[in-house]
Amino acid sequence: MDRINDIIIAGVGGQGVILAGTILTRAFLTAGFDVKQAEIHGMAQRGGSVESFVRRGEKVHSPLVRRGGVDAILALETSESLRWLDYLRPGGLVVASRETIVPVTVTQGISRYPQAIAEEIGRRTDRLLFADTLSLARQAGNAKAANVVLLGLFARNLELERSLWEETIARCVPERAREVNQRAFALGWEHFD
Amino acid sequence: MSIARNSEKPARPVGVGVVISGNEAIARGAYEAGISVIAGYPGTPSTEIIENAVKYHDLYAEWAPNEKVALEVAAGASFRGARAMATMKHVGLNVAADPLMTVSYTGVNGGLIVVVADDPGMWSSQNEQDSRHYARLAKIPVLEPADSQEAKDFVGLGVTLSEAFDTPVLLRTTTRIAHSRSLVHWGDRQIPPEKALERKIEKYVMVPAHARRRHPLVEERLGKLSELANQVILEVPVSRTGGLTTGEKDLAGAIGRRLLGLNRLEWGDLEMGFITSGVTYQHLREVFPTATVLKLGMTYPLPARTLRELAHMVKDLYVVEELDPFLETEIRALGIKVAGGEIWPRVGELTPDLVAASLAAFESSGEMASLPGKGDKNPRKMDSLPTATPVLPPEKPVSSRAAPFKEEAWFSREEASFKEEAPLRPPVLCPGCPHRGVFYNLKRSKSLVSGDIGCYTLGALPPLSAMHFQISMGASLGMAQGLAKAGGGEDGEKVVAVIGDSTFLHSGVTGLMDIVYNQGNVTVLILDNRITAMTGHQHNPGTGRNARGEPAPEVDLVKLVEALGVERVRVVDPYDLEATGQALREAGQEDGPSVIIARRNCVLLDRSSWSPLVVDAEKCTGCRLCLGLGCPALTSSGKKVTIDPGLCTGCTLCQQVCRFDAIGEPGGAR
Repeated sequence: MDRINDIIIAGVGGQGVILAGTILTRAFLTAGFDVKQAEIHGMAQRGGSVESFVRRGEKVHSPLVRRGGVDAILALETSESLRWLDYLRPGGLVVASRETIVPVTVTQGISRYPQAIAEEIGRRTDRLLFADTLSLARQAGNAKAANVVLLGLFARNLELERSLWEETIARCVPERAREVNQRAFALGWEHFD
Repeated sequence: MSIARNSEKPARPVGVGVVISGNEAIARGAYEAGISVIAGYPGTPSTEIIENAVKYHDLYAEWAPNEKVALEVAAGASFRGARAMATMKHVGLNVAADPLMTVSYTGVNGGLIVVVADDPGMWSSQNEQDSRHYARLAKIPVLEPADSQEAKDFVGLGVTLSEAFDTPVLLRTTTRIAHSRSLVHWGDRQIPPEKALERKIEKYVMVPAHARRRHPLVEERLGKLSELANQVILEVPVSRTGGLTTGEKDLAGAIGRRLLGLNRLEWGDLEMGFITSGVTYQHLREVFPTATVLKLGMTYPLPARTLRELAHMVKDLYVVEELDPFLETEIRALGIKVAGGEIWPRVGELTPDLVAASLAAFESSGEMASLPGKGDKNPRKMDSLPTATPVLPPEKPVSSRAAPFKEEAWFSREEASFKEEAPLRPPVLCPGCPHRGVFYNLKRSKSLVSGDIGCYTLGALPPLSAMHFQISMGASLGMAQGLAKAGGGEDGEKVVAVIGDSTFLHSGVTGLMDIVYNQGNVTVLILDNRITAMTGHQHNPGTGRNARGEPAPEVDLVKLVEALGVERVRVVDPYDLEATGQALREAGQEDGPSVIIARRNCVLLDRSSWSPLVVDAEKCTGCRLCLGLGCPALTSSGKKVTIDPGLCTGCTLCQQVCRFDAIGEPGGAR
């Protein structure tokens, strides 16, 4: 398993991109890495695309990732897996939800929703994991936990212990949402087992 | 002392690392530095400083109606002897510039920090001004942290500087400092020595006679600060400590005293030397790991002596900075030959890719030889070491100097290198947003609309496209007055000004006063959604709550506008399309000022009442009229329209628009 250090989490405002980034960041910190996270607040939250960059290493300088230097993309919405694809290194990992959110630009005919998403990603890498995170999250008890399902899918591809992730999630989500999120993480973690 | 005393913040052992944003770190820095009064106005990317400061109960933190008031509150606290801070975004400093210029003259009693958060790349702003210019204008020091640790520490250093030099201190961050998270080590809160109340009229009352005596002190202060700036930290790579040349040892002796710790010289290859600050330092370190770098924590005033010595040391000297050539201009004015502006873009945000690729492109363009200083070098003392080579991205380096980070504008995207690409996904008014019904009506009435700063600025985007002018906070009203006095709409129609509740209280009241006083033919629409929504739901004087969420007196907007002399005030529910349209039509027929308050809570304030509607596919004719609302919950699949139950809030606008009775509650209630 090659080391995954530079990660982009992409999604749409309201999907929980920032929380997913926070969990990753805290897990890496607990595991002893230097870590930086960059994200955009403000206008991007009004239904716009949202991304969070997470970088870890012995020493991390810039909070920004580099074109062609990203090891993994986590997409909480299917088409968002393409937005940062040219930042992915060849052979990098893509973990994407099957949830689609059609933007108003498509409804208005200004833009078009991509069709051959998996094929497009395939031109860059053969490491692609797709899952119906929304259904799995509902199974866990709340559709909002789709971000943590995706995190579970992704975490399975890293070297960190499962217990470390579970402890980190417990610290990052409010008490009342803890159980649902632990179930969501487990469903993601075990999905391809 | 215990850091968690009286504090809601989880108790963290002092010294243990946490990963927090620059804004959280500044709030923590204020707590640790013994600051006791903080005031600000929300503005991306500065908002979370106050939001975090209210969690420390040892501090008093408030949302002020605008940045000018915030700075005045902080100045007053400082005069009383307390350590104080004001926070704002870059354009907010324009509003606060008036007091800033003269607080520079009065100086301080307790330490005074003014935090200004710039937004290179305009992620959430109307311009990308470089606020460092204010430091030069006001003749005060400006500190630029490069990560969250420094964001915290520089508050403390700033307070020290402020009190030692009797000056306000500007702490300037950018989006990538304010909203990036990195490791921070907690410290203890210092309790500053109590300062007595001083009634020094000649120091704190800036009448001409007093100000004339203060101004020379300001000039003298700058000189002392510049001298202090030369006290840099010298960092030498472990691998080379044994192998310093005699010249290097001399220089280390001359400038290597570790005193204040704001500026840092990182020793490396002497072929290329870089001068930089803020997050750009991090990008630079990423791509030139072994170069010699002078990292400036204080970017005004500059360490003139250190810069001259550095120029003698290295072969080529570069200034890498985001936005304006602020450092470069100052350094060139010292007679030091540097390159910078020719190489790196002056617009947008810098990235590690841009730092590397712009220099590579410049070198390969052959323009290098024409650099100022080439062939006419800063005299060198040292033998050169191997050149620092930029670490380029593995492939596809950005070729253009101006290559954007991502979309340059809401509706454009750089040429895609992939066949299938992500759809355009600009920010839009949320499903159920109460502003939508207002803009739908304005679009239909073809009104000439002067707009303002807030979520509702999105009403300027298709398909609503019902806002025609927007420049700065509160400007909708003054602009509308000018538009009206210059002729109004195409056929002389009454002009409409649209402004949110928080923006109206920030700086719209005086604009309305002008419209009333000078009888402008303007309809003023106050979109009262009971919160400062754009920046993430902060309270304001109209919401009835303070920054801590405690009950507070509430401005009565109707009484306020009536007191200004407005005779025709209407209050409408913007969810009622017909009533809102009717109010607009009536106001449009009236001669002179009219005010309509469109009152409805931001839909995100209470999600419990959301109840999605459905489309009856049999009744839907596919006329697409409802899509003109631009609601993200409405999509058309094939010929029919469908409603996304995960997005719809049940605001009923589409139901009101539909001519075929095809939209209603699920279960066929209609």
